[in-house]
Amino acid sequence: MKFLYNLCLLLVTSQLIFLSSKVIAGGKLVGTSGVTQIEGSGGGGLVPWATLPGYGTRDEKGGAAFFSAVSVDDFRMSSYGASYAYYDRFEISFAHQKFKSDDKKTDLAQNVLGMKVRLFGDLVYTAWPQVALGAQYKNANNTNSILSLGAKDDHGVDYYLAATKAWLDGPFHRNFVLNTTLRYSKANQLGLQGFGGDKRNSYQGLFEVSAGIFITRYWVLGTEYRQKPDQLSSVKEDDWKDIFIAFFPNKKSAISFALVDLGRIGGKGRQTGGYLSIQLTY
Amino acid sequence: MYRYLLVGLFVALLGACQSMPKHDDSLYVALGGQEGISKLIDIFIYEIGQTEETIHHFEDTDIDRFREKQIEHICKLSGGPCVYTGDEMKPVHEGMNISESEFNAITNAMIRALNTAGVSIGSRNRLLAIIASMRAEVIYQ
Repeated sequence: MKFLYNLCLLLVTSQLIFLSSKVIAGGKLVGTSGVTQIEGSGGGGLVPWATLPGYGTRDEKGGAAFFSAVSVDDFRMSSYGASYAYYDRFEISFAHQKFKSDDKKTDLAQNVLGMKVRLFGDLVYTAWPQVALGAQYKNANNTNSILSLGAKDDHGVDYYLAATKAWLDGPFHRNFVLNTTLRYSKANQLGLQGFGGDKRNSYQGLFEVSAGIFITRYWVLGTEYRQKPDQLSSVKEDDWKDIFIAFFPNKKSAISFALVDLGRIGGKGRQTGGYLSIQLTY
Repeated sequence: MYRYLLVGLFVALLGACQSMPKHDDSLYVALGGQEGISKLIDIFIYEIGQTEETIHHFEDTDIDRFREKQIEHICKLSGGPCVYTGDEMKPVHEGMNISESEFNAITNAMIRALNTAGVSIGSRNRLLAIIASMRAEVIYQ
């Protein structure tokens, strides 16, 4: 499995280098690439969207590299990775996540390999939303500590169906974006705490939603909600939410900042704090 | 009798009001009317000239005619008192095989023109929404 990760990382990286050297400037409008969510898929901050990374149209390729950091009361999480979009149809992504507690008792990590296919629709130009089907294969490190929490497995796959729509000239003559995602998952805390649990060990449908307004052409203000399972009796898990602001200074980069509420994590109380993400697009 | 006439007149007026098309020229006004739109199109043409990837589509374009028709079209689309005498969107782009990316490049040229012309973000979004609605008749023809 390790070999597969390395291979994919190599593949994605080499594609990015290839792209940046050929400078295939994407043709889409600024901001429409979205950003990269914490598991490495094209999306918002917490939620994967139907958008693909970069600005490539149906005649072009695109890609993104990202780094995100979350700091809440008792924990810190970081995530980095890269993604590649092929003719505005397929997305492949890789991300590595680290999750640590300030008291050093918790030290978790996982790799996420993502794939997404845009089924139909265009974010901006069709009356119906852009709809995509995706999967995230996750493999967590620290198998022993995960199993001791009560999780049934250290690896698993999430499946999701995302519908994203942007409205030009919405209320207040501003552009809006709305995303809804239905995830089918067994993952505890994204998979960092393994898959399945003593309270429940079966797939369940989880609802995720994001909404944003383009205050100007370059600044988006929005909010996200991500429903989470609660499968372990040893540690509680709550739904996640955030309020974000994203800045797209040009088609090469994006910076997002969010105030996050991650609820209870790892036996600690409610965790709130900040999220910062930097994305480079090709 | 007088009463019936009054009622009749009232009903007739109501009908007339309803059949009158609701005319909204607020975008036309926001763009600065005829003068503002002419200025906008001049900047737009300059911006198209700066857009390398689509310039080949304009090699045989009669710029004066293009300018005149663009002004008429934007005037009409924004609710102004103009008649668009140019071609329909679909036939005029036939055989050009304009890609999504090229469409977006021209849209970006218009966005830059709207910025330079100092059009407010609300009016800019209104016009862009109208332009976006014509995309299907423009690309891959």
